[in-house]
Amino acid sequence: MQENKVVIELQNVKRDFVVGEETVHALKGVSFKIHEGEFVTIMGKSGSGKSTLLNQLGCLDTPTSGEYLLDGVAVRTMSKSQRAVLRNRKIGFIFQSYNLLPKTTSVENVELPLMYNRNVGSKERTERAIRALEAVGLGERLYHKSNQMSGGQMQRVAIARALVNDPAVILADEATGNLDTRTSFEILVLFQKLHAEGRTIIFVTHNPDIAHYSSRNIELRDGKVISDTTNLNIQSAAEALAALPKSDD
Amino acid sequence: MNFSNLFKIALRAVMANKMRSFLTALGIIIGVASVITMLAIGQGSKRSIQANIAEMGSNMIMIHPGADMRGGVRQDPSAMQTLKLADYEALRNECTYIKAISPNVTSSGQWVNGNNNTQSTIYGVSPDYLEIRQLTVEDGVMFGDADIKSSAKVCVVGVTVANYLFPNGEDPVGKVVRFGSIPFRIVGVLKKKGYNSMGMDQDDLVLAPYTTVMKRILAQTWLGNINCSAITEDVTEKATEEITAILRRNHKLKDATDTTPADDDDFNIRSQEELSSMMSSTTDMLTILLGAVAGISLIVGGIGIMNIMYVSVTERTREIGLRMSVGARGIDILNQFLIEAIMLSVTGGIIGVLLGIGASFAVNSIAHWPIFIQPWSIVMSFAVCTLTGVFFGWYPAKKAALLDPIEAIRYE
Repeated sequence: MQENKVVIELQNVKRDFVVGEETVHALKGVSFKIHEGEFVTIMGKSGSGKSTLLNQLGCLDTPTSGEYLLDGVAVRTMSKSQRAVLRNRKIGFIFQSYNLLPKTTSVENVELPLMYNRNVGSKERTERAIRALEAVGLGERLYHKSNQMSGGQMQRVAIARALVNDPAVILADEATGNLDTRTSFEILVLFQKLHAEGRTIIFVTHNPDIAHYSSRNIELRDGKVISDTTNLNIQSAAEALAALPKSDD
Repeated sequence: MNFSNLFKIALRAVMANKMRSFLTALGIIIGVASVITMLAIGQGSKRSIQANIAEMGSNMIMIHPGADMRGGVRQDPSAMQTLKLADYEALRNECTYIKAISPNVTSSGQWVNGNNNTQSTIYGVSPDYLEIRQLTVEDGVMFGDADIKSSAKVCVVGVTVANYLFPNGEDPVGKVVRFGSIPFRIVGVLKKKGYNSMGMDQDDLVLAPYTTVMKRILAQTWLGNINCSAITEDVTEKATEEITAILRRNHKLKDATDTTPADDDDFNIRSQEELSSMMSSTTDMLTILLGAVAGISLIVGGIGIMNIMYVSVTERTREIGLRMSVGARGIDILNQFLIEAIMLSVTGGIIGVLLGIGASFAVNSIAHWPIFIQPWSIVMSFAVCTLTGVFFGWYPAKKAALLDPIEAIRYE
């Protein structure tokens, strides 16, 4: 396997929370590297520390100790607003509940990250938003409002929003958690397509099935990595989708 | 994030809840409109009172005989005989701060012309009286110094008197009318002045030489009062001091010594300026009270904005979390909500200014109250409501900016 650039590097990352008088050790020394172009699933039951890890990876939080390098940049000592700028340029978030702005068109939703980037003018912003929407197959629904769309369509808008700033890594948090089986596979097909295009994707989930479609699987338990396996037999989500029984409606 | 983007976001948020935004701005609208209307009413009444006082005369100083004690009984000032012609002459010759001076003796009685008659007051004055009271002779002439020297039986009548005595519209000038048994020849008619603010008819008067009134009607040697005009309003006080000094000397009133207190003045001096500042202090108080009440409603409006902004921040916690996770810094969120608050208050301010101006004119045309809209009241209330937006928007915006994106994004 050829060595791609390291996008994410965690060095013995620990994160403690003080709750009342007790200290909870949510992450007890996590280390791994993720290379460019990998599609990594991070699995774990609730309480395993995967949300905390996701917050670390997404620069929403900083480690208590250890170091996190995102695209070669050390995050731990950064200020809040420096991390905001870093998120804006390097990370694309996809959430379980889409988190689109209500009563707002697809294009405007996708434009949002670029609104916080001074280097992007309004014309370029709209062009890039339209391209991102076309890339997720929503070229026909540019000016639909978020409340006029299905769950699958809303999640596609959210994915387009995560792509629009051309991030170093896409972070998906239970991105199929609110969707039915068929729509989940459609979204997985889209993730595999993005993976094939060379995007780096980290997909945090508690659903073990999704690991079959990623290139690597990291499993957490009690704040530690208990397994880190490369998937040599990546299944095709498109085939799985075709194999599903046709829905009645 | 640049300003136009922030502006768009704020505008969208305001338009997304039209009714709520309107009701929030309504507090500011009512506040600003009432500030402007109340100040317009306050200033209007002040100006109207000042105009009425100015109508009375120009920089007028009135010298009345003072109330005196005779054997422990305080006397009626009008019965005092302390102002004499000698005082008038001394003031006329010595005062440097006055430009016009006239003694005044009055008597009331029946004026008769054939079978027409009227009750009116005759004022015994000098020709300067016209300047002091800002009267002008429209037809004919004012009597002159020669008439005063000879105690001539001539007079100048007001329009009301002329109309009663000559109901058929004849020219009164040159006609002879009687006051009691004394015939007077009318030499002039005064220009109409109308009613004053107290409702008194300022045209119901007859002017005659003071010598005539003193000798031929009243047979007295003292004066009712002395009126004079200061050169300018600014020297009114100096003129008053000067008059006091001259009269004290003439009346041989003793100044204070080590053992005895000074004799009381046996005269009173009132100036128009004094009257005017007394009246305007009343209306200033009125303006301040009205303005304060209106200002309170502006603060209440501001609290309304603060309240809604807090609700808005809580309601949009997830949106804030999302914005932060895609790269909004705290300052971006702060600016967003601050601009939203300012937008509400400034829009409310603009509508309020228009409504306030409209309401002022409505008050003027319906209730006939005098109004005066001062430009600074518009500028001030506009500035205040913008500041209100910043002030009351700051805390909710700060709260939004300090949210933890991790918690905000998953807020239910």
